[in-house]
Amino acid sequence: MSMFSIFAISGSAMSAQSQRMNVTASNLANADSVSGPDGEAYRAKQVMFETRAQSREGVGGVGGVGVREVVEDPSPMRMAYRPEHPLADEEGYVTMPNVDPVGEMVNMISASRSYQANVEVMNTNKQLMLKTLTLGEG
Amino acid sequence: MIDRLAASLNFHQQALGLRQERQKVLASNIANADTPGYKARDMDFAGELQKAVKQGSSDGGLALSRSSARHIEGQGVPGASHELLYRVPDQPSLDGNTVDMDRERTQFADNSVRYQAALTILNSRIQGLKKAMQPE
Repeated sequence: MSMFSIFAISGSAMSAQSQRMNVTASNLANADSVSGPDGEAYRAKQVMFETRAQSREGVGGVGGVGVREVVEDPSPMRMAYRPEHPLADEEGYVTMPNVDPVGEMVNMISASRSYQANVEVMNTNKQLMLKTLTLGEG
Repeated sequence: MIDRLAASLNFHQQALGLRQERQKVLASNIANADTPGYKARDMDFAGELQKAVKQGSSDGGLALSRSSARHIEGQGVPGASHELLYRVPDQPSLDGNTVDMDRERTQFADNSVRYQAALTILNSRIQGLKKAMQPE
């Protein structure tokens, strides 16, 4: 039965990577949002991955992945000089989000490649399992 | 007679089980390619196979010996006795992750082909035994 745990491992990695992609999409979409629900400019978010052991078999550090938490990027906000903007401060600067579009694109490509690798692992495993089921036939 | 049949299949059965175990370890390496601090694992396949074949012929599970009736009995986890080693990284990343995706993918492909080879051999062995049991 432990062959099914490969599905659990790859599946957890796929959902973790798609969550990372979600956060990247949110960052890119909000790259110019000067104000959110709390009135502050949008802060870039990053996911933190951690290893999750699969039940009791996960003893030697082998297991799937999970998102531990989504943290806010602590880097300083971008200040843009726009005196005509309604949200500009007295010196004429508007606080813009600290999203790094180039970094986010790289993040997105990396997430999609990792996702593909896990899909491939799952496919290979499925074929092997189906072949194992026909053992001794024909 | 039946135990002879089982013994003749034992080696390939153990090999198949170990291949599958290794497949799991490699899948975990690929899944954790972006996890900070994760160390890539693998096993010494030949050594583990020798150990498994030696153990598998007797097939005795690990049990805790008790010197008093009031001791709590324990059962060793079967299958968890494989010794996992750490991969030596060529170029570890700054976050402590030692997964080299190219190497893991190669090993994964290699392992799945060898799994299929073991499966084919086991299959033909079963076919041979079946043929020997036919009246004609």
